[in-house]
Amino acid sequence: MSEEKSNLIKGNTGDWEVVIGLEIHAQVSSNSKLFSGAATQFGAEPNSQVSLVDAAMPGMLPVINQYCVEQAVKTGLGLGAKINRVSVFDRKNYFYPDLPQGYQISQFKQPIVGEGEVIVDLADGTSVIVGIERLHLEQDAGKSIHDLHPKQSLVDLNRSGIALMEIVSRPDLRSSEQAGAYMRKVRTIVRYLGTCDGNMEQGSMRADVNVSVRKPGDELGTRCEMKNINSIRFIQQSIEYEARRQIEVIENGGVIEQQTRLFDSKNGETRPMRSKEEAHDYRYFPDPDLLPLALDEAWIDDLKAKLPELPDDKKARYISDFGLSPYDASVLVSERERADFFEAVASGRDAKLSANWVTGSLFAALKKEGVSIHDSKVSASDLGELIDLISDQTISGRIAKDVFELMFESGRPPREIVEEQGLTQVTDTGAIESEIDKIIAANPDKVEQVKEKPRMMGWFVGQVMQATGGKANPQVVNEILQKKLGH
Amino acid sequence: MSDLKELTELTLASARDGLRNKDFTAVELTEAHITAVEEARVLNCFVKETPDKALEMAKASDERIAKGEARDLDGLPIGMKDLFCTDGIETTAGSHILEGFVPQYESTVSQNLWNDGAVLLGKLNLDEFAMGSSNETSFFGNVINPWRRAGDDTPLVPGGSSGGSSSSVAARIALAATGTDTGGSIRQPAAFTGIVGMKPTYGRCSRWGVVAFASSLDQAGPMARTVRDVAIMLKSMASFDPKDSTSVDCAVPDYEKALTGDIKGLKIGIPKEYRVDGMPTEIEKLWQQGIEWLHAAGAKTVDVSLPHTKYALPAYYIVAPAEASSNLARYDGVKFGLREEGDDIQAMYENTRGSGFGAEVKRRVLIGTYVLSAGYYDAYYLKAQQVRTCIAENFRKVFTECDAILTPTTPSAAFGAGEKDNDPLSMYLNDVFTVTGNLAGLPGISIPSGLSSEGLPLGLQVLGKPFDEEQVLRIAGVIEDAAGFDARPQNWWSAK
Amino acid sequence: MSVDKDTVRRIAHLARIAIKEEELEPMTGELNTILAWVEQLDEVDTDGVPPMTSVVEATLRQRADEVTDGGYADRVTKNASNRNDGFFAVPKVME
Repeated sequence: MSEEKSNLIKGNTGDWEVVIGLEIHAQVSSNSKLFSGAATQFGAEPNSQVSLVDAAMPGMLPVINQYCVEQAVKTGLGLGAKINRVSVFDRKNYFYPDLPQGYQISQFKQPIVGEGEVIVDLADGTSVIVGIERLHLEQDAGKSIHDLHPKQSLVDLNRSGIALMEIVSRPDLRSSEQAGAYMRKVRTIVRYLGTCDGNMEQGSMRADVNVSVRKPGDELGTRCEMKNINSIRFIQQSIEYEARRQIEVIENGGVIEQQTRLFDSKNGETRPMRSKEEAHDYRYFPDPDLLPLALDEAWIDDLKAKLPELPDDKKARYISDFGLSPYDASVLVSERERADFFEAVASGRDAKLSANWVTGSLFAALKKEGVSIHDSKVSASDLGELIDLISDQTISGRIAKDVFELMFESGRPPREIVEEQGLTQVTDTGAIESEIDKIIAANPDKVEQVKEKPRMMGWFVGQVMQATGGKANPQVVNEILQKKLGH
Repeated sequence: MSDLKELTELTLASARDGLRNKDFTAVELTEAHITAVEEARVLNCFVKETPDKALEMAKASDERIAKGEARDLDGLPIGMKDLFCTDGIETTAGSHILEGFVPQYESTVSQNLWNDGAVLLGKLNLDEFAMGSSNETSFFGNVINPWRRAGDDTPLVPGGSSGGSSSSVAARIALAATGTDTGGSIRQPAAFTGIVGMKPTYGRCSRWGVVAFASSLDQAGPMARTVRDVAIMLKSMASFDPKDSTSVDCAVPDYEKALTGDIKGLKIGIPKEYRVDGMPTEIEKLWQQGIEWLHAAGAKTVDVSLPHTKYALPAYYIVAPAEASSNLARYDGVKFGLREEGDDIQAMYENTRGSGFGAEVKRRVLIGTYVLSAGYYDAYYLKAQQVRTCIAENFRKVFTECDAILTPTTPSAAFGAGEKDNDPLSMYLNDVFTVTGNLAGLPGISIPSGLSSEGLPLGLQVLGKPFDEEQVLRIAGVIEDAAGFDARPQNWWSAK
Repeated sequence: MSVDKDTVRRIAHLARIAIKEEELEPMTGELNTILAWVEQLDEVDTDGVPPMTSVVEATLRQRADEVTDGGYADRVTKNASNRNDGFFAVPKVME
């Protein structure tokens, strides 16, 4: 309850609740298009990845890509959703220059995937369950470029016909933070599954964001839809702007019109889309060029059996088997590569210590440099070796931090660095003891003080470490200091 | 060969045999037809003649024949309905909106024919986007039926939409032609011009590269002067095509071999619902005659009932326009064909489509748009597709009682050009006997079987079970033999 | 159900077909004749009858995910009445 309250937005007439639903468009990571054999690579020359089918040449016919069907089913399974044994492709009819057929092949009444749900973890440690209404397969449109020519829009059909999975959530989200976390979670799931690369800058993942506001407990308000937003930050910004705007309209006595709006990332505002002003009547009907898509139960079961471990399961395992904190576990499973990296480090080693190194030093360094784990110069095996060096007392934890920094800069293995720089820990009791004796002899005042204030012992440890270049085994130092100065 | 003229009198089968016997060459055969085409321009059968291409293809055929490598249709000149896209040759679908469109690809059906050595005389006129039953909706003008009523010069329609196909074959300016049949567009024009026309089972011939009218109903098929010629053409046109998701992977038999003449013991259904009100007695009599021919050949006839027949045509006039309204959305002035500029993109669309489409196409696109629109889908489109299920179910049941069905092809003989201009409904009624075959996806054939009181050809239709074209052809062959139809239009059209 | 001139105008716009004002009246009449005629389907009891999705008794064939097509921008744009630098060109669209 207290959780819900914190999401409310204060208006002049009291608190408002924002209700958000997302339609995520995730591009299937296929080689060829949903209904044609043209390539799907990003950034090709205009109209160079267009088949006669994609250009809607008269008499051209669609033939479905098996891989895309498989990825949709896998994603459905990953979202814990019902897989429909029979689904139907419909035509959604409207005119737009980047829609060469004059219709988009989509799924309307009978989608390939039905209801499911996603658990979304939030920063404060709580989580929300977001209902999935459906997932369907559809074609992407081409691209209209409006700013290359003063009087013309230029149309590139390279994207036309690329397979998209549209993942429709229920209006279960109550804040921009939740929406962002949900988007991130879905991205994590599709990346785990390998069904979509989740690359939002290249448009592989976009969302249409539906926002409405209401007084808590009231019926749902009229929603506005913001189209085609391709960054999580923009999704959150658009929700915040749009919720404020709607509250203002209503509080000033106005009425929210159901509208399609455009989010302008330059000024962080939303405005009505001119091209969508008129009411649409999409005239959906089953595409007569395609037959119903029937899926074999055994085939679905087989896909299910071969699914990789998904983030929720992985997180649970990290907590129960490795004793990690829910936070560390969440951080590690948020990307499959992070989790894989962590497991490689932790293999045969102390899991908690491994998790600390991965989520601590490594992630901090990666973040600082803006590098993904994929491009990390420190390999999992090298980081593991560093941990081994600590565990077998070859180096101290403090020295290990320095070694790590050198590893991160150079990509060199830790043992090489330790040997070259002579960083091996001094555990020779005699050598340490003689250093300690020198310090005691030179600082009689401090020796007196430590008798009164045991906390002064730290000063002596520091002096010893300084004298040994940090290489003295801290445990040995402590033991000797206790023996000589302790009570 | 001394008299080239006689070469156009040959059937496809006899021309094939003559070429193999080296009685004449493919170039001679083709030249004879090119001349006939040129002399028959008043019939307006062709949107585009391709004589140079024809001769080039004929030469290649002669070379293969000389080497003993003759293919099934080598050197045989045919016409191609201008709904089939032909690589590098303008393809118009009879519409202003596609004028100047030069496909960069070849339809599967036409490619199959070229692979078998057929020779292209040109692209045949048709109703605009195959929408029509009289070939009066083509942007490129009406096609004229070579037949005339006895003692009457009134120009008659050749049927539609494959009117250029029917007229050219009947006038003996092409040995055979391709057609497409969405509601009767092969069988009705075949009946109106005294030739044989067959619509195969839906899924038998690939739709890839055929300009779409109504995708769930469109099916390509052959038109020729004899059942044998149709069988030869169909063998070449039919194929399983992985590029068409509705193409059925089913072996294509040698249809010519099916023409055994033996139909002893077959049960032929006579559907009582086809005795429609106001059916002319001569049609009634022809049908009865057909029944007797079948009896004489040792087949039995059984009365069957197809109770939803009455609703086939109204269902068709919802389903076909609905699909067409969507299929024709791609003609928007952007990628190909006509473009009429406007102040903005919407004006450009509306101007292009407003001037690019003819009246009948507009009518159907508007009907189709309406029946799919919000609030009307269930009442019209869904209802029609349910009725369609009933119609298909009727046939399924009847085919447990009989092997094939015999009906008249059309409720009348060819009518005069312009006679039904102001009455779309009476025009639509032309397809009343043929449209059921499209709605249920069944094979059907029209065989010229007699003459009307005005001396015009009339056809009988045989409908068969799915993918049982062999049986349909066999029965058609028996009717053809029994009818001994040898009437032909008098040549009034040749510009000598 | 019958349509009036405004409905025909709306439908024509939905279909992006320019209709002249003087064509509206006759077109409305023709459409109403056809609609009245197809409405005889109401006589058929279709309760519980599934709509036909395909006359072919088969399910959808699927192809392998291979790049087998495309790479010919010139063929794709060859028939366009207005091209610009490899793109299709249309009157400017305001988003």
